[in-house]
Amino acid sequence: MNKNPLTRLLRFLFFAVVVRGVILVVMGLTVRNRQRLPDDGPAVLAGNHNSNLDALAIMSLMPLRLLPKLRPVAAMDYFYTSSFRGWFANNIVGIIPVKRGSGKEGGNPLQLAEEALDRGEILVIFPEGTRGEPETLQAFKKGIGHLARARPKVPIIPVFMHGLGKTLPRGSMLFVPFNCIVSVGEKLYGKESYDAFVAELEGSMTALAEQERLPVWE
Amino acid sequence: MTLIHGIPANVVYVTAGIYALLLIATVIVALLRWRHPGERYAELTRRTSSWWWMIGAFTLCVLFNQTVAIVFLAFISYLALKEYLSLIPTRRIDRELLLFAYLAIPLQYYWAASDWYGMFIVFVPVWMFLFFPALMALRGETQNFLRAVGTISWGLMLTVFALSHMAMLLVSGEVPNPVAGGVGLLLFLVLLAQFNDVAQYCWGKLLGRHNVTPQVSPNKTWEGLIGGVATTVLLAALIGPYLTPMDWLWSALAGAVIGVAGFLGDITISAVKRDLGVKDTGGLLPGHGGILDRVDSLTYAAPAFFHFFRYFFYP
Repeated sequence: MNKNPLTRLLRFLFFAVVVRGVILVVMGLTVRNRQRLPDDGPAVLAGNHNSNLDALAIMSLMPLRLLPKLRPVAAMDYFYTSSFRGWFANNIVGIIPVKRGSGKEGGNPLQLAEEALDRGEILVIFPEGTRGEPETLQAFKKGIGHLARARPKVPIIPVFMHGLGKTLPRGSMLFVPFNCIVSVGEKLYGKESYDAFVAELEGSMTALAEQERLPVWE
Repeated sequence: MTLIHGIPANVVYVTAGIYALLLIATVIVALLRWRHPGERYAELTRRTSSWWWMIGAFTLCVLFNQTVAIVFLAFISYLALKEYLSLIPTRRIDRELLLFAYLAIPLQYYWAASDWYGMFIVFVPVWMFLFFPALMALRGETQNFLRAVGTISWGLMLTVFALSHMAMLLVSGEVPNPVAGGVGLLLFLVLLAQFNDVAQYCWGKLLGRHNVTPQVSPNKTWEGLIGGVATTVLLAALIGPYLTPMDWLWSALAGAVIGVAGFLGDITISAVKRDLGVKDTGGLLPGHGGILDRVDSLTYAAPAFFHFFRYFFYP
C-alpha cells in the first residue's frame, strides 16, 4: 500500500467519513457478537459475498485505529479495468490483488495475502469468490483453506451478513437503504486438510445464518 | 412568553427538569449495579446510557431552531421506515420503488415545515396511497401484490404520516400556544409519551399480575397500564399549564389521551414483531432495541394528541 501521507489521509477520510456515513448512518448495521472481532492483526475476516458494499461493511466493524492494517482481498480482473479504478483499489480501498486462476499455472495466488498476514495485517476475504445470487450462500472455494493451512496460527473469523444484497445487489447501480444484520462467529484455525477447514468454515457460516430470522426476499 | 436565548423560558425549565430526573435515575441505576454486579442490572445500565443519547440528541436539535428540529424529526421517520422495510417480507421487483417510499419523507416534512396543513393531511393517506399500488401494478408483477401494497402502505402511514405529526405540531402550534409556542407542545407530547412508557414498565414490574394481551405482549399488565396512565395524567396536569394553553383539567385529559394512545401504539408494534418472529425491531439503541421499539408509542400518541389539541384549541 502507498506510504504517501496525503494518500493515507485520503484513505482515512474516505473510510471515516464516506464509508462510515453510508454504512452506519444511511444504511445501519445490527451487529451480533461484536466481542468476537479480533483486537489486532494478524487475522482473517471471512464474509459471505452479496454486494460491492460487503468489504466496506466488514471494515466499518473495526476501529479506525486498525484501518492501516485492514486489507480486502480482491480479484485483479475486477478492479484493474481502468487506471483510476486501479489507483483507487490500491491506495484508497487498499486491496490485496489476487489473480484468478493463477493457482492452476503453478503459482501461489495468495502469496501477497500470506505476506500481509506476516506483517500483522487483517485481511477481509470472501470465500465464495464472487457475489452471485443475492442473499443466498454459495459453496466456498478452496483458497481460504490453503491460506489457513499456510498460516495455521492466524485466527479466521466467519462474518455472516444479510441485507447488503438488498441494498446494492450485483448488477445494480441503485442504492436502496436497508438495515443489515452482521453476525460474527467464533474464530477458527487452519488444518492439515484444507477441505476439512473449508467445510468447517461453511458449517459455521450456515449456523450463523440459521440463527437469524430473515425476512422473505423473493 | 419570556424567552431565554430565543427559547420559551418554561421549555428551558422543563428540559432542565428532565435532565435532573435523568441524573437521579442514572445515580440509582449505578447504585443498583454497584450493589448487584453482573448481568442483573446490565440491561438497565445500557438502557440508561441510551436515554442520555436520545434525550441529548432530541433536546439539542429541538431547542436549536425549527429547521434543525424538523430535519431531526424527519431523520427519525427515515430510521423507522428503514427498520420497518428491513423487517417485512419484500419482493425483489419492488426494490427500486422503495426509494419512492423514502422520498415521501422529505416531501411530508416539507409540508409540515411550511405549515401547509391541507397537503400535509392528504399527501400520504391520499396521494401516496393511490400512487404506490398503481406504480406497482404498472411494473406487472402480481404475485404477492396485495401483501406488498398492504405492508408498504401501512408502513408509510405509521412511520412517515403518523410520526410527522410531531413536526406539524411544532410548526402549527406557534399561534395557538402563547404560553410556550410549538416547541412547548412538542415537548409536552414527547415527554409524556416517553414518560408513560417508563411509568407503565415500572408499575408493571412492581405490581403486574393480570395480562392485558397475553398473545401479543406478555409484559403488558392491567396494573402497569392503569398505574402508568394515572402517573402520566398526574404529570400532564402538573406541567400542562406551563407548556400549553390548557388548564390543569384539560392537560390531565390530554395526558390520558397520550397515555392510552401510547399503549395502543406499543402493542401494535408488539403484534408486528410477534408476527415476524423477532424480539426487537433492530439494534440501534442498546437496551431498548431498534428505533421502532422506542417510537412505537409515539406513532399513535402523536396523531392522537395533535388532533385532540387541534380540535379544541386551534383558532
